[in-house]
Amino acid sequence: MSHAAAKTASPAGRTRDPFLLLAVPSLLLLGMLFALPIAFLLLKSFRDADGALSVAGYIAFFSDPYMLTALRRTIVIAFETTLLTLVLGYPTAFALARARGFVQTCILIAMILPLSVGVIVKAFAWSIVFRSDGVINKTLLGLGIIDEPLRLLFTETALVIGAANIFLPFMVLPIYAVIRQINPNLGPAAATLGAGPFFRFFRVTLPLTLPGVVAGAAFVFSMAVSMYVIPNLIVGERSQMLSMLIARSFLYLRDEQMGSTMSAVLLVIAAMIVIASSIILKRLSGRQA
Amino acid sequence: MTLTDRIATTVSWLIALFACIYLLTPLIITVIVSFTSSTVYTLPPPDWSLRWYESMARKPDLLAALWLSVNLAVISTVVALVVGTLASLAIVRGRFRGREALATFTVSPLMMPGLVIGVALLQFFRELGLRDAYWSLLLAHIVITLPYVVRTLVAALEKFDFSLIDAAQTLGLPYPKAILKVLVPGLAPAFLTSGMFAFLASMDNYPISIFLTDAWNKTLPIKMLQYLEEAPDPTIAAISTGLIALALVALIVGSRTVGLNRMIQ
Repeated sequence: MSHAAAKTASPAGRTRDPFLLLAVPSLLLLGMLFALPIAFLLLKSFRDADGALSVAGYIAFFSDPYMLTALRRTIVIAFETTLLTLVLGYPTAFALARARGFVQTCILIAMILPLSVGVIVKAFAWSIVFRSDGVINKTLLGLGIIDEPLRLLFTETALVIGAANIFLPFMVLPIYAVIRQINPNLGPAAATLGAGPFFRFFRVTLPLTLPGVVAGAAFVFSMAVSMYVIPNLIVGERSQMLSMLIARSFLYLRDEQMGSTMSAVLLVIAAMIVIASSIILKRLSGRQA
Repeated sequence: MTLTDRIATTVSWLIALFACIYLLTPLIITVIVSFTSSTVYTLPPPDWSLRWYESMARKPDLLAALWLSVNLAVISTVVALVVGTLASLAIVRGRFRGREALATFTVSPLMMPGLVIGVALLQFFRELGLRDAYWSLLLAHIVITLPYVVRTLVAALEKFDFSLIDAAQTLGLPYPKAILKVLVPGLAPAFLTSGMFAFLASMDNYPISIFLTDAWNKTLPIKMLQYLEEAPDPTIAAISTGLIALALVALIVGSRTVGLNRMIQ
């Protein structure tokens, strides 16, 4: 007994970090309420109706053309949404970093205020805009550009415009955070050394802002690939995304086998994004160090 | 500045201007619609009225949903602030192996599809025999809010100068008091912003909550979507305009006390 007590008091025992204790409540909470339920769900996707191990769910998923179309549509829409937020967000982040005083406050409020308004409200507002008697059609008709109302609502274009609107701040803010850390003299220094504007952008500015771009793109893509409320309000049943099929199979069809399989597929996509972005970010920071 | 530089700068300003208008469009539409006299969402409204604000008071189930959402958001945010701060201290100050893995793990619910977390919790709670909707929702909302706190507090603690605590002790403050007088005020902006984002995330959550509600416990987003599908009149716009006004006030207070730039770090 005394031997064991002596052992815990030895230097090897003392290296156990007391700070580890502070992490215990979080680990317990997230272990019980996040990791375990998800592990349980993954396990369930590998079982058939009788509880025997099987990959029947995955075979059913990947051999169903309807599911494959939904999967491809989900990824394409998430990709287009990410691209649109990047095209708009990258220059905006630069303008935000260059702005001072009142103008900067205005841009920051335009970024943060929409975050405080629910996704449902914003998606619904977009569905008003895209209606056949909505603002866009009325304006175009009034200007004589079109003769009859365009069908905008229920299209994937409308969905990408609405989704990119909701996720844009999550692209701008990480890029802005990175730009603020760049030494402002680097550009002029490169110019003094004879670098042209394109060389400066591609060899100085872009590599330095890449960590922000990767972080923003990963976040927007992972949110867009699993969005549910926005497509529900803007495209409805017309073009199903994976998340809508998951909700339908659990809430209405009670087909939990297929629902679990689809959830596992969506989870793998999201996990791949997280892992890929963290590997890329580590590489980028290693290169700069 | 060369001509190319000037063109690039101008273009970035124009895109920023467009992005700001684009971002505010749904908010402006909501505010305009809330003051319409019409029962449908015609734009521009035929006439102005406050009838949808009056109708808000006659919708007790919407108000009950608002109350449930505020209740869940406040409690889960407070729990997340306490538990999340402890975890962040462990991540930043600890010297044990796996600190990076711990940081990734505690923030990861943010990047995982909400719908999948909701489905997983639904099956898990059912297996455990937990059938109480309120408790299921509350536990789920702690999972929603915790990552926001850890993300912000890890960043804040990494910038915090811990030698200040030693200095306070040298000057005669006992350790608990040094923490209370030096560390807590230093982290106040981080508490405020992470608390705000956690609160908003909880208030706005639909994909996780939808799997855990019952007929008596419906959160505001669930009730709102149901309402929009059943009887879409501009009452929802009136409620949202109220929430936008509240958020604007919170932002102005935030910009005066913490500064908008610190709020988004």
